[in-house]
Amino acid sequence: MRSFASVALGVAWRGIHNAFTNPSILLPSLLFPLFFFTAFAGGLSRVSDVPGFDFPAGYTAFQFVFVFLQSAAFGGIFNGFAIARDFESGFARRLLLAAPRRTGIIAGYALVALVRWAATAAVVFGVALASGMEVLGDPAELFALVLLGLLVNVAALLWAAGVAMRFRTLQAGPLMQVPVFLTLFLAPVYVPLELLDGWIHAVASVNPATFLLEAGRGLFAGEPTEVGVAFAIALGAVALLTLWALRGLRSAESAG
Amino acid sequence: MRDAHGIQAEALVRDFKGGIRAVDAIDLEVAPGEIYGFLGPNGAGKSTTVHMLTTLLPPTSGSARVAGFDVVREGARVRAAIGAALQEAALDPLLTGREHLRLQTALHGMPKAQRRQRSQALLERVGLTEAADRKVKTYSGGMKRRLDLALALVHEPSILFLDEPTTGLDPQSRNALWSEVARLARDDGVTVFLTTQYLEEADVLADRVGIIDHGRIVAAGTPEALKAEIGRPSVEAIPADPADLSAVERTLVRFGAPVPGSPKGASVRLDGGEEALADVVRAFDAEGLHLQHLQLHAPTLDDVFLAKTGRSLEGAGDELDAEPEPEAEPAPARA
Amino acid sequence: MLVLQVAHLARRSVVRTLRQPLNVVPSFLFPLILLAVNVGGLESAARIPGFPADSYLDFALAFTFMQGALFATTNAGTDLARDIQTGFLNRLALTPMRSAALLLGQLAGVIALALLQATLYLTVGLIAGVRPESGVLGVFLIVFLGVLIALAFGAVGAFLALRTGSGEAIQALFPLFFVFLFLSSMNLPRNLIEIEWFRVVATVNPVSYLIEGIRSLIITGWDAQALALGFGLAAGIATLALAAAGVALRGRLARA
Repeated sequence: MRSFASVALGVAWRGIHNAFTNPSILLPSLLFPLFFFTAFAGGLSRVSDVPGFDFPAGYTAFQFVFVFLQSAAFGGIFNGFAIARDFESGFARRLLLAAPRRTGIIAGYALVALVRWAATAAVVFGVALASGMEVLGDPAELFALVLLGLLVNVAALLWAAGVAMRFRTLQAGPLMQVPVFLTLFLAPVYVPLELLDGWIHAVASVNPATFLLEAGRGLFAGEPTEVGVAFAIALGAVALLTLWALRGLRSAESAG
Repeated sequence: MRDAHGIQAEALVRDFKGGIRAVDAIDLEVAPGEIYGFLGPNGAGKSTTVHMLTTLLPPTSGSARVAGFDVVREGARVRAAIGAALQEAALDPLLTGREHLRLQTALHGMPKAQRRQRSQALLERVGLTEAADRKVKTYSGGMKRRLDLALALVHEPSILFLDEPTTGLDPQSRNALWSEVARLARDDGVTVFLTTQYLEEADVLADRVGIIDHGRIVAAGTPEALKAEIGRPSVEAIPADPADLSAVERTLVRFGAPVPGSPKGASVRLDGGEEALADVVRAFDAEGLHLQHLQLHAPTLDDVFLAKTGRSLEGAGDELDAEPEPEAEPAPARA
Repeated sequence: MLVLQVAHLARRSVVRTLRQPLNVVPSFLFPLILLAVNVGGLESAARIPGFPADSYLDFALAFTFMQGALFATTNAGTDLARDIQTGFLNRLALTPMRSAALLLGQLAGVIALALLQATLYLTVGLIAGVRPESGVLGVFLIVFLGVLIALAFGAVGAFLALRTGSGEAIQALFPLFFVFLFLSSMNLPRNLIEIEWFRVVATVNPVSYLIEGIRSLIITGWDAQALALGFGLAAGIATLALAAAGVALRGRLARA
């Protein structure tokens, strides 16, 4: 156990140190969510005039929750890029050689993803508050939202790590990104589920991300809904994707 | 196409931003039809010199004429007369070998029928016929270098610049390239300006050698003449019993000054030349010392470099930064 | 001689573009995926009072052309940057090639790709029920303007490549261009953007007028002002960018 922890903390220290001392690594993950928040909440605010839109906390809060969870997902993916880069440069081989418990490496990368996302989420939340966003959820509900975000972050990281360790090249970047992007955007991004029509309504109705998004919005608006389902989906995704990542690690080990 | 003019450079200088003087007032002369080896460690100024002589980089001051044309004022005519295979293989990984040749011949204004013929002839000459229709990204390093050479020869230049052409190649590919370069000079009368950091390459190929260090030419002449300047050979002795090392050193040092050699033995430069070798053997015999190994080394170009600069060529490159990337400077318009 | 050189370099550019499916396919698919997602998610926005079209698809189709143009920027830029980094530009510089031939030949690949993209986007739109108000002639103009916009952005990419000599720098600028696209009338018409600062930015952003030029041919018919602005700006950007790229190319050839 001690060697697992020491490996995880070692890998985490390096990743966190590199991220916070290199603006070129940190800034994109900070700026992108802010940009999406601005574009969606700012550019599409009139969507709240669509008949049937009745989110209690307003359109800014409606979009904030999406951006919050999106930043969690993409924060995980960005760390997947870092893993792929480590393989390309050969540094990952060094880690594999040095670590007595190699599963600690994945845990270390996950810790990096969590810390980086915590910084991002704090900045986005601050900017949203400064723009006059209403927060209707109580502290427990907000805490639940943050937990949901953490699980999404870890799940995305595990997905990306599994891809990175199988392909061991940055060229697998699109394979990491596109499924997550599609999963997020085939959910009620701009309007609630009941205001979607046609094929997108059908897809969004069965999209796991929809449950996470609706639960998150409910928590933020102080009207929690299907929170249990959302957490079950998130925990299930983490469990499945942990297996995916571990098998990816085995693949990387056997490649030498 | 036989060259009638060769290469002349006078007080050629190239400065970069930050006060870096990569080439420091060099003079050189390459006779028509000659293979000139430009030897020096990494960062000595070799590639910068080549870039100036091939009109890719304007000199800061000084002048140079290539194939009879001024590199600054008559750039287009220089380029028409030269071929260059530079340090990077400079190939498009997405094109095939044949497509590279097609493009190169077309850009040189060759008529269509002649393009195909010339491309095929060059592919055969460099041994790439079978790989001609594969994308360059599938080529090995040696194949890329051969294609690079073929592209440089497309328009039958009278002067050929080769910038470290065999770096990274296996011995077989290297020998093949050497044979082709020698043939070009011998049979086609092409003047070859070859930069290298490999002593053997300069020794084997070059008619004359210029040695550059820190942007200055420190020695120039035929390899034999340069080595003869150093004059004397060295002898290396390794004792059969390592405990005899000190005794071997004491014996050997009577015949000349110590020089670097194997850590298991002793080496000196023989004051009496080759003829002293017999005396050396008799001395070891008289002292009752048995040797595992005794070898006479003729002077090398590394010895020349060592004599001129105080450093060995094979290790000098580690001390120097790579030549800086060319930065913007007011440059004469491309002629 | 110049024409022949342009032809040879254009051929290389087109061949090279088509041999990079990992670059080419996303430039076709991604805008269509985003269109599907946006239309699905924002169809209800067509019910906002004052919305200028009956269907959100009619409104949004124009944006695919802009996205295609963005891919043109990065593809053209990274291809040229690769030529600089591999030394291939030096090889070309040692031939009798004229500088203008290199630039025009390079952009031929951009034009070829843009033509295919525009045809695809328009075909998908027509199949999905879009009926351009400007008729058959308008369809040709849509393609023409789409290609002109791609050329303009491709020239911007070429300029950046020649200035920086780095493919990584071009890729790093991609998000910045993306921001430009979003801070426009991409999702809602300018008069329906509620947040004032966003509306101001969209009003001064030339991308808004490029999109509106194409959009007007679909949802309005013959809007002289929109067309003049769209074509004028596209031509203006193309001219400026080509001139800047030409200067940058001359500087690069003179020094390296």
